[in-house]
Amino acid sequence: MKYIDEFRDGELARHLAATIAGEARAGGEYRLMEFCGGHTHAISRYGLADLLPPAINMIHGPGCPVCVLPIGRIDQAIRLALEQRVTLCSYGDCLRVPASDGLSLLKARAQGADLRMVYSVSDALELARNNPQRQVVFLAIGFETTTPPTAVAIRQADALGVNNFSVLCNHVLTPAAMRAILAHPTGARLHGFVGPAHVSTVIGSRPYETFASDYGKPVVIAGFEPLDLLQAILMLLRQINGGRAEVENEFTRAVTRDGNRKAQAAMDEVFELRDSFEWRGLGSIPHSALKLRPRYAGFDAETRFGLDYRAVADSKGCECGAILRGEKRPQQCRIFGTACTPEHPVGSCMVSAEGACAAHYLYGRFRDTPAMAAEGA
Amino acid sequence: MAGLKLDLRHGRVEMSHGSGGRAMAQLIDELFAKRLANDYLAQGDDGALLPAVPGRLVVSTDSHVVSPLFFPGGDIGSLAVHGTVNDVAMMGARPLYLAAAFILEEGFPLADLERIVESMAAAARRAGVQIVAGDTKVVEKGKGDGVFITTTGFGVARDGVTLSGRNARPGDAILLSGSIGEHGMAILAQREGFAFDAPLVSDSAALNGLVEVMLDSGAELRALRDPTRGGLATTLNELARQSAVGMLLDETAIPIQPAVAAACEFLGLDPCYMANEGKLVALCAAPDAKRLLAAMRGHPLGQNAAIIGQVIEDSHTFVQMRTRLGGRRILDWLNGEPLPRIC
Ligand code: SF4
Repeated sequence: MKYIDEFRDGELARHLAATIAGEARAGGEYRLMEFCGGHTHAISRYGLADLLPPAINMIHGPGCPVCVLPIGRIDQAIRLALEQRVTLCSYGDCLRVPASDGLSLLKARAQGADLRMVYSVSDALELARNNPQRQVVFLAIGFETTTPPTAVAIRQADALGVNNFSVLCNHVLTPAAMRAILAHPTGARLHGFVGPAHVSTVIGSRPYETFASDYGKPVVIAGFEPLDLLQAILMLLRQINGGRAEVENEFTRAVTRDGNRKAQAAMDEVFELRDSFEWRGLGSIPHSALKLRPRYAGFDAETRFGLDYRAVADSKGCECGAILRGEKRPQQCRIFGTACTPEHPVGSCMVSAEGACAAHYLYGRFRDTPAMAAEGA
Repeated sequence: MAGLKLDLRHGRVEMSHGSGGRAMAQLIDELFAKRLANDYLAQGDDGALLPAVPGRLVVSTDSHVVSPLFFPGGDIGSLAVHGTVNDVAMMGARPLYLAAAFILEEGFPLADLERIVESMAAAARRAGVQIVAGDTKVVEKGKGDGVFITTTGFGVARDGVTLSGRNARPGDAILLSGSIGEHGMAILAQREGFAFDAPLVSDSAALNGLVEVMLDSGAELRALRDPTRGGLATTLNELARQSAVGMLLDETAIPIQPAVAAACEFLGLDPCYMANEGKLVALCAAPDAKRLLAAMRGHPLGQNAAIIGQVIEDSHTFVQMRTRLGGRRILDWLNGEPLPRIC
């Protein structure tokens, strides 16, 4: 497409790709995980796999908020909407995630749940203020990028005395998930991480330092543009070849070592660590998610509606767990592209275009056919 | 009452305008007939009696609902003419006549209706077609969205030309008549109140003139299609499936205006899925592609035409695209409605 700098892009990309190919050790294997779903999407959307030498093995990470939400959490939201008759507000991505009993939030709406798709938590707060007779609950999901806005909305609701607004908090933490992947007994044996873009603007690069110093894994934080990714891959390659493990920052135009202090302060004021939180694929991880501090407990939907959490196993045949741990690729799931498609997702990784399965289905599945694979790039 | 003239400045559509009585006759006479005037409409009978057409008859029909009704680059009236004229033209036919049916919502301002009908008349004149039959119905307030217009087009196919989406063969060239996504983005920007630096204007236009010069070029055309709803991606997938072939596109060859590219980038949308109302996709035998391209570029609506890819053999009927970075990816059917990203 005629983007202004398309030619420059293509040329730079070819140059970077040639450098990567030149520096990758022949017969070597570099298992690199891009943690973030935004990167998974960009890799697929721009067909980067075709530019990389076979030695570079990009493994999709769990940084897709709807993917890592276990069924039990969606069930909780559905129960809240169907049994307690609240007005449930959710980001669009969550609506089609399959839950228990063949339900999803969208299907719950067809059964009479008052479900609203919102673009931001402030829309939900406004809905609450305009409908004082309704209990409005915001289904909060996401990593450190979406957490500060939730914190700000809760503070605002508190200041304004909005007592019909609450948050079903499922905010999770990036470093905890990275640690869990490295510690998992069957997890992908990784050589390095491409670190998240937006998340890192909030938390900074410091939280990744432990992965370099304690686990010996290089981390390169990268922006969302495809060229950012290629540059970060080259930087990882050089660290690995040089026997180094450091945190490097390719995304210096937006990420600092300390991150956004104001956003961190807002999160810290409103949230505290949960003892443990269940992730899809990664199991229960200690100190990996947030809940509201006692001072704000009045806005915690779990407290307000006395919700308990019931863990539910993934559907039979679904390989989402192994995919989120980086052990398997989408095409290794037996129902990929047959029983499970973006129109009829069985697992959570097929829902958002940032999920590994959806990204591969939408952009890359032609590579699975023998003729196409043989033809090469 | 009937003696008074229709108040086009302040008047509104009333239930009686659809009841078949005098109010309806007045609306038709003073608002519609005056502006759409032609001999066939003037017959005033239950149907229009038309002369025999010199060749195979092509018929196409389409209902038009658009919100907002008026948008930069057009309105529902011009859109209803262009949409159906284009569908007839995509068959390799010369559009001759249109029939138009209106569903009006009670309370709709007559001034707006007048603007719409005038715009239809102008669009029909420019496209060289006559609106020869029509109907109006009125629905209660709240049961319509202002105006819905259904148009049916009649045209005559060029002798010896049979175009169909089933005709594509591996090796064929894929041509696009101009930049994509303009109608979809103009509507979205207007509806959602997005303001961008550069104005986004719909490309709504009648393509029958462009089709004439393409047919005149003598190039061996296989199929023509206008990538409206669902955009270029959807149209190409339809053609690939119909012909059981694959396609390989070159992303950098697809024309797009910087303003549309920027707006799409900003909103996280893919212009390949945005609607067009004045563009066409052509499949033609590879040796004729250059000649066809030259003919298209010689027409004002084809100035930015480009060869964007080729038909390939692929039993999976994948539409693939070589990206601007040199990688490959699928350009898939639209999956569900596009939902905003949160990460
Ligand atoms: S194909 Fe579907 S079920 Fe299988 S791993 Fe992917 S999302 Fe899960």
